[in-house]
Amino acid sequence: MDDDKKLTSKDFLNQLVAKHYEGALQAKAEGKPVVWATSICPQELLETMDLATVYPENHAAAIGARKGALEFIENAEGKGYSSDNCSYARVNLGYADIQKAEAQDIPMPDLLFCCSNICNTVIKWYENLSKTLQIPLILFDMPFNHTYEVPEHSIRYMRGQIEYAIGQLEDFTKRKFDYDKFGEVMELSNATCEWWKKATDWAKVIPSPLNGFDMFNYMAMIVCMRGNADGHRLFKMWHDELEAKAKAGLGPWNSAEEQYRVMWDGIACWPHLSTTFKALKKYGINMVTSTYPDSWNVRYEKNDLSGMAKAYASNYANRNLDYDEDNVVRLVKDFSLDGIVYHSNRSCKLMDFRQYEIQRRVEAATGIPSVVFDGDQTDPRAFSEAQYETRIQALVEMMEENKEARRKG
Amino acid sequence: MMSNAVSIIQELEAIALSPYKSVMRTMKETGKEAIGCFPIYAPEELIYAAGMLPVGMWGGDTELKLADRYLQTFCCSIMRSNIEYSMKGAYDMLKAVIIPTFCDTLKCICENWKVSAPRIPVIPMVYPQNRRIDAGFVYMTEELERVRGALEEISEKPITDAMLEDAFAVYEAYRSAMREFVSVAAEHPEMINARSRHLIIKAAYFSDKKAYTDKINKLTEALKKESVKPFPGIKVVATGLIAEPPALLDIFAKNNVAIAADDLAQESRQFRALSRKSGNVIQRLAWRIVDQQGCTFLYEVEKTRGQMLIEQVRNTGSKGVVVFMMKFCDPEEFDYPIYKEELERAGIPVLYLETEQQMDSFAQIETRVQSFAEMLA
Repeated sequence: MDDDKKLTSKDFLNQLVAKHYEGALQAKAEGKPVVWATSICPQELLETMDLATVYPENHAAAIGARKGALEFIENAEGKGYSSDNCSYARVNLGYADIQKAEAQDIPMPDLLFCCSNICNTVIKWYENLSKTLQIPLILFDMPFNHTYEVPEHSIRYMRGQIEYAIGQLEDFTKRKFDYDKFGEVMELSNATCEWWKKATDWAKVIPSPLNGFDMFNYMAMIVCMRGNADGHRLFKMWHDELEAKAKAGLGPWNSAEEQYRVMWDGIACWPHLSTTFKALKKYGINMVTSTYPDSWNVRYEKNDLSGMAKAYASNYANRNLDYDEDNVVRLVKDFSLDGIVYHSNRSCKLMDFRQYEIQRRVEAATGIPSVVFDGDQTDPRAFSEAQYETRIQALVEMMEENKEARRKG
Repeated sequence: MMSNAVSIIQELEAIALSPYKSVMRTMKETGKEAIGCFPIYAPEELIYAAGMLPVGMWGGDTELKLADRYLQTFCCSIMRSNIEYSMKGAYDMLKAVIIPTFCDTLKCICENWKVSAPRIPVIPMVYPQNRRIDAGFVYMTEELERVRGALEEISEKPITDAMLEDAFAVYEAYRSAMREFVSVAAEHPEMINARSRHLIIKAAYFSDKKAYTDKINKLTEALKKESVKPFPGIKVVATGLIAEPPALLDIFAKNNVAIAADDLAQESRQFRALSRKSGNVIQRLAWRIVDQQGCTFLYEVEKTRGQMLIEQVRNTGSKGVVVFMMKFCDPEEFDYPIYKEELERAGIPVLYLETEQQMDSFAQIETRVQSFAEMLA
């Protein structure tokens, strides 16, 4: 009994974060190669090759959340990077130069692993790292899906890249790629993603046992631990806790009741995490979902490379407006949303420049209100607390009007 | 001959300064229907082969109001202008547009266009970034074939291989003429100043390529007959997406700063790569993208742009590099710190100018161009 009581998923999460970074630093110290990779990349290949991997996006977010981003941002801007460029990139390119962060250190890479399903910006960012650090880069180019589904010839192109990358990894490690292990990693990755999805799906229950800002924390681990047993255990554990909470009728917080349920579009404002969270909680607003649970629900049949390619090309940011509209409308219904908060994130043009149209379409299809606020994922300068507060107040008023109307029938 | 050259220069400048009028006139003169081509590269040869007129869509100086419905203000002004024009009906003469998704903004523009200009069908196109591996090359030929099919549907007639060969030959002649023009023009800054050079090259986007190539060839021949005179100013190499608005280039002309060569996406990147001779036209079009170097919109892990600029400076006797940085253009902005450092290491001065298509004050830029020119004189 003691054992069960001891370890919560939150404790385990914290242990895994520490283990993840210590493991990578240790690998480097032992002379083993280290990989830097983008957040939704086919990590199965790296896991199969047993390569220590860290994720600059996770790292930048961690630095941002611990309010350490500016030092790195200023370093990058000093080198000529524009303040309009993605702040994850600026933090990471700054870190690649300074190589020391109070918040968290990561080992310098020997190999870069970049997948453009999240944006084309990562191609430029990783190109620059490769050029500056003089290390090889493996690129997975995942064509933007301007059609509703992922086209067959795109899948063939991406499958070809996965096969090519396996050769590049063999050259890099001077080891043969172990296809049996690859199959096992695929299986485990799929299972982990399934628990991630099932866990985040508990937020469909009213009240939601999940406080959505916790989801942002767990997200770091679905990025870096999809393909290993620790990650699998973590998400199963988190799922079981949420299930138990839901069955006991418990909401997201001990100190307040869930009054409104919203979706948060876009990534968090890491430097202002607490401010953005508290301004919502004050009104009983729980962020119950976003487009991220599905983005890491990377699912395919074991040993099916084409299926794997398709799954990796299928994330929200890489899809067309019609798909994205249907996706958000489905979230509104499945999660019984009262409203949506759109983060117009200065760092992420790919998300931003479709946001207005998505907002109009979702509002027309569902009738739920929404607001847009200006912010940034890691640049603390691009956020105004006053504007955020005002927008949230406006959202509460609109959501309350809707509730009132429903009460009156 | 001199007066002949001057009249061609004036004619091409006028074409470039009035895109709408020029396109309408070309359509009338040729009897062709027009297809809009978004930056950076579009397979113009396919359009030409279909008996239609490819038209360049590189924005313009229009007041931005309607585009706010789709785009935040931190979107590049070329794309905001294009969406604005589409909503104003300025593109209604186009039968369709081709939008390639070279950057994150273009991906979104492609999607927004479907709503902002529903009357003008969009043919989206994806150029592979992994263009130098087999799977990427095959994918590129498949995309080109798909666009060929879409154009066949629009023109309601097949595009045969023979038609493609003819169109490719027209474009080869055009590219070769342009390479010669920019090289000869560099010898005659007294006649082809920064502004003229830009407008002459830009005029191609609103003309029939065959007729345009004839004019360029005549102009080059006329220039060749002129003796090379000592130039009282300095020569520079221009890099970036686009060197606009034209008022900006007036400052260069006024200060005797001539553009001896460029690496601009709107200018030399369109014609500098040499075509391969083998394969069918679709494959040759794909090879052109494979062989393009130092373009920020095409993945290149070696990042050869800086070295290329250094060579351009040395080959043309230029004194420095001018960066025309289109504000909010992520790919161009990401390349800058890398080539800037390489240029500095090579001892080549760099003038960085941040531009937008809607600029009303040039005073600060004028001062900077002046001091750059003085420093290098």
